[in-house]
Amino acid sequence: MSPVSTASSQVIYDALKACDIRLLSALPETWLVHLVRMAEDDPEMTLVRLAKEEEGVGISAGAHLAGVKSAMLMQNHGFLAAINGIVSCAQLYRIPLLMLISFRGDFGERDPWQTEGGAVTEDLLRALRIPFAYLDRADHVAHRIRKAQTLALSANKPVALLLCRDLMWEEA
Amino acid sequence: MKRVDALQAIYQQLTDRVVVTIMGAVAAELQSIGHRPNFFYLQHAMGLASSMGLGIALTRPDRQVIVLDGDGSVLMNLGGLTTLARYRPRNLVHVVFDNESLLSVGGFPTATSTGSDLAEIARAAGVPRTATVRTVDDFTRAFDDALGAHDLTTVVAKVEATGPSKYVTDLSLLENRFTFQRYLQKPRI
Repeated sequence: MSPVSTASSQVIYDALKACDIRLLSALPETWLVHLVRMAEDDPEMTLVRLAKEEEGVGISAGAHLAGVKSAMLMQNHGFLAAINGIVSCAQLYRIPLLMLISFRGDFGERDPWQTEGGAVTEDLLRALRIPFAYLDRADHVAHRIRKAQTLALSANKPVALLLCRDLMWEEA
Repeated sequence: MKRVDALQAIYQQLTDRVVVTIMGAVAAELQSIGHRPNFFYLQHAMGLASSMGLGIALTRPDRQVIVLDGDGSVLMNLGGLTTLARYRPRNLVHVVFDNESLLSVGGFPTATSTGSDLAEIARAAGVPRTATVRTVDDFTRAFDDALGAHDLTTVVAKVEATGPSKYVTDLSLLENRFTFQRYLQKPRI
C-alpha cells in the first residue's frame, strides 16, 4: 500500500468538483497518484496528461477564455518548470490559475533530490506575488480551495495551494 | 513564400474560426491584414500557443481552432506536440510558419536550418496528418484539406525570414484578451 492518503486525496478531489472544475491538467508524481486516478475515472472530468507542467498554463488559459473552470496538479519542481508560462502567459494576460502544488522537500522529506526545490518554493511564490495557502489538514481543504478559486477569479490571477506532507502522506 | 502572403491567402477562412497566434511577425502581420475579435495573439510565453489552442479545442468541440505557430516557438515546447497528438483534437489545425530563424531577435538560425524537420517530429509524436509546403498555392491547398479533414493536422509552411518593420501594434494585450474571451463565450445563433 502506498502511504499516500486516499482519504485526503478524495477530500481534495471532491472540493475541486464542488468548485466546478471540469478540466484538470496533471503531471503525475507520487503524492498525486490518487488524484490523477480519480480524474481518470471521472467521466465529467477532462484530464490532460502533460509532458511538462508549463503546457498546463496554456491549456488552463485556453479553457478559461472558453468559459471552463480548470485546475493544475503538479509537484513543486513542476511549478519551477512552469514559471515562464505563469509569468508571461497567466500574469501578463490576467488569467486565473488554480494551482495545486505538492510541497515536496519540506520537513519530513526523505528523498534527497526533493530538498532544494522544497527550500525555494515559498520564496518563489512570494517573489511572483502569487497568493498561496497550505493544505495540511483535511478539515480545511474544501473551504481553502473554494476561497483560492474565488480570489483567482476575482483578481484574474494565479493562486496556489501547497499540498503538505501532513495531509498527503500517512506514514509518520 | 512570404508569411504575410500565406496569411493573406487563408484570411477569409479565418473569419469564423478561433485563431491563436504566437508573438512577433505572425501577430503583427495578421493584424496588418486585419484584426478580428476571434483572433488572440499570445505575445510571449513562447511555445504555449499550441497549448492554449488545445485548451480551447478540448473545451469547445463545437469550434474549429487554428493555431498559427512558428519554428522557434514549437522548438521550445516539443513535448507539447506529444500532448496535442495524445488528445488529438479533431477541431484543431496547427500551422507552423518555419522561417528557420528567430527573426524578431536578430534572425539567428534555429535547428530547422540545420535539418530538424518539424513535420516529421509532429508525425513521430503521433499527429495523424502532417504536411510541409513551400508555396502559397500548396499552403492554401494543405490548409483547406486540413479544415475539411476534421482531424488534427500540422502544416509546416516554409517561409522567408522576412517580417514587418515593427512588432508592437496598437492593440493592447489585455484588450485583445478580454474581447477574445467575450467572443468565445458569446452564444452563437
